[in-house]
Amino acid sequence: MIRYIRWCAWFCALLLLALLVNVARVQVWEAAAYGANPANKRPAVQRYAEPRGEILVDGKPVTGSRDSGQLLRYERTYADGPLYAPVTGFSSQTYGTSFVERAEDAVLSGTDPGLSAFPLWYELSRGRPGGGNAVTTLRAAVQRAAYRGLGGKRGAVAAVEPATGRILALVSSPSYDPGLLSGTGAKVKAAWRRLNADPAKPMLNRALRETYPPGSTFKIVTAAAALDSGVVTDVDAPTETPDPYPLPGTSTLLPNAGTGCQDASMAEAVQFSCNTVMAKIGVRVGLRRMAEAADRFGFNDDGLRVPSWVSRSNFDTDMSPDQLALSSIGQFNTKATPLQMAMVAAAVANGGEIKTPYLVDRTTRGDGSQVRRTDQRTLGRAMSPATALRMQELMVKVVENGTGRNAAIKDAQVGGKTGTAQHGVGNAGTPYAWFISWARAKGAPQPAVAVAVVVEDASAVRGDISGNGAAAPIARAVMEAALSTR
Amino acid sequence: MTALTARVTEPAPPPPPDARTPKGRGIELTLLAGAVLISVLGHLYVGLADTGHLPRPGGRYAGGLAAAALLAHLAVRFRASYADPLLLPIAVLLNGLGLVLIQRLDLATPGESGAGDQLRWSALGVVLFVLVVAGLRDHRALQKYAYLSVAAALALMLVPVLFPAVNGAHIWIRFAGLSFQPGEFAKILLAVFFAAYLAANRTALALTGRRIFWKLRLLPGRVLGPILAIWLLSVGVLVLERDLGTSLLFFGLFVIMLFTATGRIGWIAIGLVLAALGAYAVGTLEPHVHGRVDDWLNPFASIERGEGPGQLAQSLFSFAAGGLLGAGLGHGQSFLIGFAAKSDFVLATAGEELGLVGLTAILLLYGLLVSRGFRAGLALRDPFGRLLATGLASIIALQVFVIAGGVTGLIPLTGMAMPFLAQGGSSVVTNWIIVALLVRLSDNARRPRPAESAGEGAG
Repeated sequence: MIRYIRWCAWFCALLLLALLVNVARVQVWEAAAYGANPANKRPAVQRYAEPRGEILVDGKPVTGSRDSGQLLRYERTYADGPLYAPVTGFSSQTYGTSFVERAEDAVLSGTDPGLSAFPLWYELSRGRPGGGNAVTTLRAAVQRAAYRGLGGKRGAVAAVEPATGRILALVSSPSYDPGLLSGTGAKVKAAWRRLNADPAKPMLNRALRETYPPGSTFKIVTAAAALDSGVVTDVDAPTETPDPYPLPGTSTLLPNAGTGCQDASMAEAVQFSCNTVMAKIGVRVGLRRMAEAADRFGFNDDGLRVPSWVSRSNFDTDMSPDQLALSSIGQFNTKATPLQMAMVAAAVANGGEIKTPYLVDRTTRGDGSQVRRTDQRTLGRAMSPATALRMQELMVKVVENGTGRNAAIKDAQVGGKTGTAQHGVGNAGTPYAWFISWARAKGAPQPAVAVAVVVEDASAVRGDISGNGAAAPIARAVMEAALSTR
Repeated sequence: MTALTARVTEPAPPPPPDARTPKGRGIELTLLAGAVLISVLGHLYVGLADTGHLPRPGGRYAGGLAAAALLAHLAVRFRASYADPLLLPIAVLLNGLGLVLIQRLDLATPGESGAGDQLRWSALGVVLFVLVVAGLRDHRALQKYAYLSVAAALALMLVPVLFPAVNGAHIWIRFAGLSFQPGEFAKILLAVFFAAYLAANRTALALTGRRIFWKLRLLPGRVLGPILAIWLLSVGVLVLERDLGTSLLFFGLFVIMLFTATGRIGWIAIGLVLAALGAYAVGTLEPHVHGRVDDWLNPFASIERGEGPGQLAQSLFSFAAGGLLGAGLGHGQSFLIGFAAKSDFVLATAGEELGLVGLTAILLLYGLLVSRGFRAGLALRDPFGRLLATGLASIIALQVFVIAGGVTGLIPLTGMAMPFLAQGGSSVVTNWIIVALLVRLSDNARRPRPAESAGEGAG
């Protein structure tokens, strides 16, 4: 019997061995596959186990966390949801993240190895440091001025600091409260469906992700190209342009909105927004040099990150002369994001050099110490310093005694350009009202702010007046806020 | 197998135990202190992980556990002084770890507190341990109650059929707010019966019967009758109570003990054939069991159907999340398993929070416990004692294999309690009695020969 007891004991040892081998299989060899199974809630539970790091504007958090008492414990809250939605985006337990919430997710959710001085310790102890914060470049007063200016009308505002590229305001209207999407459950799903079905597209970030025909504001690019290429050497010289101007190679006549454009100089053309003159100049500069100039301003670049990606602004590179003529006044296939047009104004204001726009100044740990800082970088040179100086003078005239008088600010030098973009089939849509500008406080060495405003549903009054009427006052409010909170 | 006759009738004198063998009570006490310390540290750690400060009833918990361990130790010291010094500390450690794991899961399920009840059942288990060790002076006294045992076992197993099914199985009796599984106690009674029956009939079982093929022999009805009855019992348990685990356990226990008694491979063959037939029939016909087999074959089927992960999938996620070192007590999410996380699936919590390292340690503890049982069986001199020790050790081994294999996807999942670790009063109490019997058996096995005559006939 002894022998059979031994056999039984060996049999039990075999069972034990089978258990051990199987456990090792599950816990070591196949662990990663089980961990990555989408039905496994552990990553989500862990992700929401601690309050998420904050997004800061002017040093104050515009986000928060709420203990939901659910399995996914902390839900995102937003102090001023609609105001900052184009910047923060949402952080949803159901729909993921967007914009800064997405771009800085690793820091905010606490997984970034830079958050810990001893990453290996957390790896070993399986603990996690608390979430870090993302400090934005926004200025609350500027952002609020832009949001209030749009007043719920469809449109967008982008404001940057020309010398650094810091984005001071980024507003899209109408907006939405990203806090509605934070949690889980039927209410969140209903809100998501409602927001996506809304014809006003409140979740569309118009400042970064919508491209509009820039209309006359693009004449700044055309004028700079003409000066840089030597096509125009004297801005005050008459250009011998007929009014209306027959588009080259066609019998189509291009009209002007106002009068006094017959044979106007380039300075007058910018000041009074003469389509005829600028279209002709664009054709004289030529397709290659126009396209190169547009590229230098940042068009046709789909790699811009602020740190969220920005839609590509377009200037066609293969066109007939009549199409080039229309493209040179911001029509045809020319399309730009509001941020792109703010960069155009900023390039003029900054002596021709474009700084890469950025939204997150730095990321910090919970105690405020720095994780990473965004370096100020130069995107490129849009025009020569001399050209930039000329363009500044032209843009100042637009505000002082041109189409953009509504943007004038006392005790500050303001340069601007209005725009009214036709769109829709047969240009039947309500034109988009544009205004791009920059402002320098009296005595300041350089402009402190460049801004682009677009209003989609401006009053039905056609012509450049709508740019001045609908968009310029918003730009002025934004510039005033930027100058006064300096 | 050619020397079958000689082997079965062997007088089997084990090597006489060394008279100078140390009794090992000091070792036992030291190990017990370690077991209590580990459990108390675990308890404190769970409290720390949850609230950030030490749990307030920590002192009471430590005192209670230490008192229980000391009481059991004193019973062994005075009534079974030659007992194997490893048995009691392993039982205390496993029971203590079980309490820690249940306490930890209580934190995640605010509505259902299980640790308090488990602690009371454990205390009752220790009391019964003391009673058995003190009251039963010689295991051979049990031999006389073989048929009483089997009758009691049958009665215990049939009673739950009269009670409403819980979670698809008729294995619970609910009475005055308490619920217990009589089948748990039946295990011991059946082991006693098998040991007594086989000790008396092993010669007949080994030798009689017409040889039909090679070494297989057809048995006469007189001997075969009880065996078929046991097989029917197992199937009956399965069909009437839908308790696949207990059925498997009874059958496995019987086959192992039969083999130990007779040494005939033929029994294993017959056992396997019958088990395969029964399992196939039930696996195809019985929906409850059929579902378990499907789960085992494809644990992620419910995910693919869009119904979310099933229990087995959650269990596997849990083990996988533990990895090599584990998440740490209180830092895992094994509560996602939901139903039965504290009982059948308690091992998943151990796997997730203590990791492969901790889980291996726990499984090796079971292995050690089982091996000490077999060791007692090897050292004993009477066939009944040997068979009983083998049977009791096998109960633990089979139970661990069936449930641990089930929750880790090695074999189809069957509801069964992890000995000592899982929540469940009847299980804990039963396991303490099993350990008490093993203590008694090992005491008799290791007791020096001269003392044998004095101890004989007692109890």
